Amino acid sequence: MTAEAAPAERAAVDALLGPPETSWEGGARTSADLRVSRAPEDRRTLLLPALHALQGAVGWVSEGGLNYVCERLTVPPAEAYGVATFYAMFSLEERAPTVVHVCDDLACRVAGGRELLDACRRDVHPEEAVVVSSPCLGQCERAPAALVQRAGESRDDVVLTDVAASPPRVMQAIRDQRIEGAVAYTSVPREPVYAGDRLLARVGDPSATSLEGYRALGGYTALPRALELGGAEVIQLVTAAKLLGRGGAAFPTGVKWTGVADQRVTPKYVICNADESEPGTFKDRVVMERDPFAVIEALTIAGFATGAEQGYLYIRGEYPLATQRVSKAIEEARDAGLLGAGVFGPGRSFDIELRRGAGAYICGEETALFNSIEGKRGEPRNKPPFPVTHGVFGKPTSINNVETLINVLPILNLGVDEYASVGTADSTGTRLFCLSGHVARPGVYEHPHGVTLSEVIEAAGGVRGGNTIKAILLGGAAGGFVGPDRLDARLTFEDARAGGYTLGSGVVMVLDEDADLVDLCLRIARFFRDESCGQCVPCRVGTVRQEEALHRLVIGRTIGSIADEVALLGDVAAVMRDASICGLGQTAASAVQSAIATFGLFDGEATA
Amino acid sequence: MWGSNARAAHPIFFHHVLRGIESGTELIVVDPRRTESAAFADLWLGIDVGTDVALSNTIAREIIASDLHDRTFIERGTENFEEYAESVADWTLERGAAVTGIPAEVIREVAHRYAKADRAMICWTLGITEHHNGTDNVLALINLALLTGHVGTYGSGLNPLRGQNNVQGGGDMGAIPNKLPGFQDIIRDNDARARFNAAWDTEIIPRYGWHLSEMFHAMEEGELTAIYCIGENPVSSEADSQHATKLLENLDTLIVQDIFMTKTAEIADVVLPASNSAFESEGTVTNSERRVQRVRKALDPPGEAKDDIWIIAQLAKRLGYEWGDLTPREAWDELRSLSPMHQGMTWERLDQMGGAQWPCWDVDHPGTQYLHARLWSEDPDERLRPAPFSVVDDEPPVDELTEQFPIRLTTGRRLDSYNTGVQTNAYTSPLRRPESVELSQEDAEALGLVEGEQVLVSSRRGEVVAPVHVSSALRPGLAFMTMHFPDEVETNRLTIEATDPKSGTAEFKATAIRVEKLNGHGAEVAS
Repeated sequence: MTAEAAPAERAAVDALLGPPETSWEGGARTSADLRVSRAPEDRRTLLLPALHALQGAVGWVSEGGLNYVCERLTVPPAEAYGVATFYAMFSLEERAPTVVHVCDDLACRVAGGRELLDACRRDVHPEEAVVVSSPCLGQCERAPAALVQRAGESRDDVVLTDVAASPPRVMQAIRDQRIEGAVAYTSVPREPVYAGDRLLARVGDPSATSLEGYRALGGYTALPRALELGGAEVIQLVTAAKLLGRGGAAFPTGVKWTGVADQRVTPKYVICNADESEPGTFKDRVVMERDPFAVIEALTIAGFATGAEQGYLYIRGEYPLATQRVSKAIEEARDAGLLGAGVFGPGRSFDIELRRGAGAYICGEETALFNSIEGKRGEPRNKPPFPVTHGVFGKPTSINNVETLINVLPILNLGVDEYASVGTADSTGTRLFCLSGHVARPGVYEHPHGVTLSEVIEAAGGVRGGNTIKAILLGGAAGGFVGPDRLDARLTFEDARAGGYTLGSGVVMVLDEDADLVDLCLRIARFFRDESCGQCVPCRVGTVRQEEALHRLVIGRTIGSIADEVALLGDVAAVMRDASICGLGQTAASAVQSAIATFGLFDGEATA
Repeated sequence: MWGSNARAAHPIFFHHVLRGIESGTELIVVDPRRTESAAFADLWLGIDVGTDVALSNTIAREIIASDLHDRTFIERGTENFEEYAESVADWTLERGAAVTGIPAEVIREVAHRYAKADRAMICWTLGITEHHNGTDNVLALINLALLTGHVGTYGSGLNPLRGQNNVQGGGDMGAIPNKLPGFQDIIRDNDARARFNAAWDTEIIPRYGWHLSEMFHAMEEGELTAIYCIGENPVSSEADSQHATKLLENLDTLIVQDIFMTKTAEIADVVLPASNSAFESEGTVTNSERRVQRVRKALDPPGEAKDDIWIIAQLAKRLGYEWGDLTPREAWDELRSLSPMHQGMTWERLDQMGGAQWPCWDVDHPGTQYLHARLWSEDPDERLRPAPFSVVDDEPPVDELTEQFPIRLTTGRRLDSYNTGVQTNAYTSPLRRPESVELSQEDAEALGLVEGEQVLVSSRRGEVVAPVHVSSALRPGLAFMTMHFPDEVETNRLTIEATDPKSGTAEFKATAIRVEKLNGHGAEVAS
């Protein structure tokens, strides 16, 4: 017999989708149902939200629950199973309704994340909660961190930060039924720094999270200006300001918007990529938590300029507070008539739907993100066709990262000349940097392009405890390590290209003399092995081979000589870089390779 | 998709349908049951069993009444329209709804959607043909295509889905009673007969053979006394199987050539072990779209099993004809020399083109993607014979529903099994469940039956014991069984032998039955 959903599971799904209309969707049988049935509108796009509903209600995705979702959305169960198993935050096996995701990724690792993980594994009873090691939770400025995923009524997920080896507080979060909302606990009264004049101008002011406060702080001035100028003129300004994408690829935003605006096919979509998952990156989270309306205003302008009627904001699943703030902000904006029918004038509507990821780094890749929104496995697509012609739902789509989008506000508010008066000729404006690791004051810092690496580190108070720098990870796990000899490097797109390093997503993780680079490389290799979607062979096999070879080097049981293994790592890196279809595989070896090249990681004796 | 559960019965074809649906094709399914295929449809019509002509005529009347018929095509490519239009004039939506059970406004919607579609195709299978008036059902569907001009153009047409990869190929090769290979009429086509006479150095008798049902009739009459049965298992697959088995047992000679020891082989006088045509022998198959494709041998057949062509050539030898080591390619080239529509399909071209669709008249001909384009030609000389509308009327199933036999049993297939199970029962499937009589939840409740309970199922011809399976796809008064597990439940003890006089197909789809609680009785039937 087919497994059936429990009442709590049905209720959770019905709360999202509404009650079923016919018995063919799981409702009560009527005589009309016996003669005629109609395909409900295609709602596969609601598969991911429906899986969240199940996971949130009972703490796992049961066969019965999945069947019910399939019935409601008319998705074949095998397909839905494929999607459910794709995401780390869903469990297809029954387990305790609370899961503690302890981050042992790079920044947390150097701040005691592993010790916290060990302590939780020792002290938390498996019937009460499951403890798992997690990739970067994007809380690097307050490391170490843990995400407590809690199922059941009014048991929202909770993020714990600065909880160095503090299982009692983890236990409190597991047991406390009254915690409502995604409260971020801080045990150490150490306020991270979020400093900047343009993009971060409002993040220090708690009132910015309300519409009234946002307006009082200069918000919603760019949108009226855009409406006054018209879409073509807005794109003209963005192009003239030379805004380049901040997600890592540095694609000119004006070109992207023009590409979508020029398409005759409708509907069109704009997407804010807030699936910030690059280890060491947390700037988008800070912006969304503290200045959510800026993101909404900027995405609305993108929709206006490109001719889209629907926007999506895809936020990573591990950001409960940002999800809550953005969701509330969207509602407030809708209530105030800043989203919805007629917002761009008579007959021209625009609205934004918030979509929550569920623990998959790959979904930050734009085409994987489209698939995820569509209710498919988050596997990247081959390009071409490119998103400007065939994006989400196969329609023209402009997708921009949070930081890229909010740059549109100063471009409109200040004008192109003043916007470009800071930075360099080719890298205009400012840039958000995520300072973490062994710096005195971790946080998000806004600097004009052209600032040097040492200036950025100095602004964060330099190295903690006056230690010396061993290495700096630039651009995250997909970036690379540089040595202290590169401290005078200028941080611009053109300098990075010429100098062979990457700004990536703005990660500046400082590692002092005590840091264990081999251990970090292993963690990076594990990260990519975990996060490879498995769709294309170079990455699926290559990430495994890379981790295995590193392990052999670490334990001193190499196949052949050390040099042979290092050469193998180089070969695997070349294959992944050349033959993977998306950026994940193409960059999965870059950090490890940079460590080998810069620090001669395995020269002479094995490091173990 | 009318009378076809392709999701279960033609899963590979249905993959293509799904791709169409994904890119926006609308699918309407007409089926008494809300099948797996219907679950993918934009619209499902739960028709009463055996009322297909009524539905088709009602749709036609609505199309004509709404002036949605294609006058240009009707004038150019058809004949007999006036008479047809008159014959359907009484089929108002209300009358159609009363006969078929489908709401009038839904019939109207289907009529308008079909008529207004840029391209539309009607696919059907045994739900249309396995009736005593199966041919009328097919003609009724052809009428709809002619009425709307959905024929003879790319992406339109009439598509009877084939049950096997090579049913069409059997027809190509002349395995039908009234045609020589290449669909050349045995009586009417004198030129063809002359060609075959010359090639085979014998006289082809201008006489039609028997189709399967007629053969059983001939056995009954003592006119047919010997059968050479290749790759068929009539003991398990015939309607009223007890009767069929008796007839086969009474034959003077029964030769069975098969890859398995089937129930029919068990009662044969001689069994010739054959090789698997999918991968143990060379040859060709012709699929539903008339595409001839090569089959390549990958394995040697086991034990004493031999290639079909070898067996037949050896038989010929014993009968005094020396064919030598006849190869599949030689057999194919002979067909090309005798069947004009296959002429252009050289062995090499079949390889190069990945198969070719007939008619393919010569080695420069690209093959034919779709048929009947001639009907659209402005030039009457190119149009040739117009396609006739056929006047057909509703005829209810032979096996009447009465108080004694109140439930309509229809039969069909499941995804995990194939026909009588000869080829599939050896494999396990997570979907496999035992043969059962599927009932609506309403009927099961009314009879006080629970899932899995053994019940007695009887028809006017016989009775079987089977477990109950409650299916949401069924409405009250409708039951469903398969013929996949004849060893467990011989479903065809129940079915009626009434056959369509035109096609010879038995009415497997409409049996009147009664379902009863066992209460300790019926154990002797079960054993």
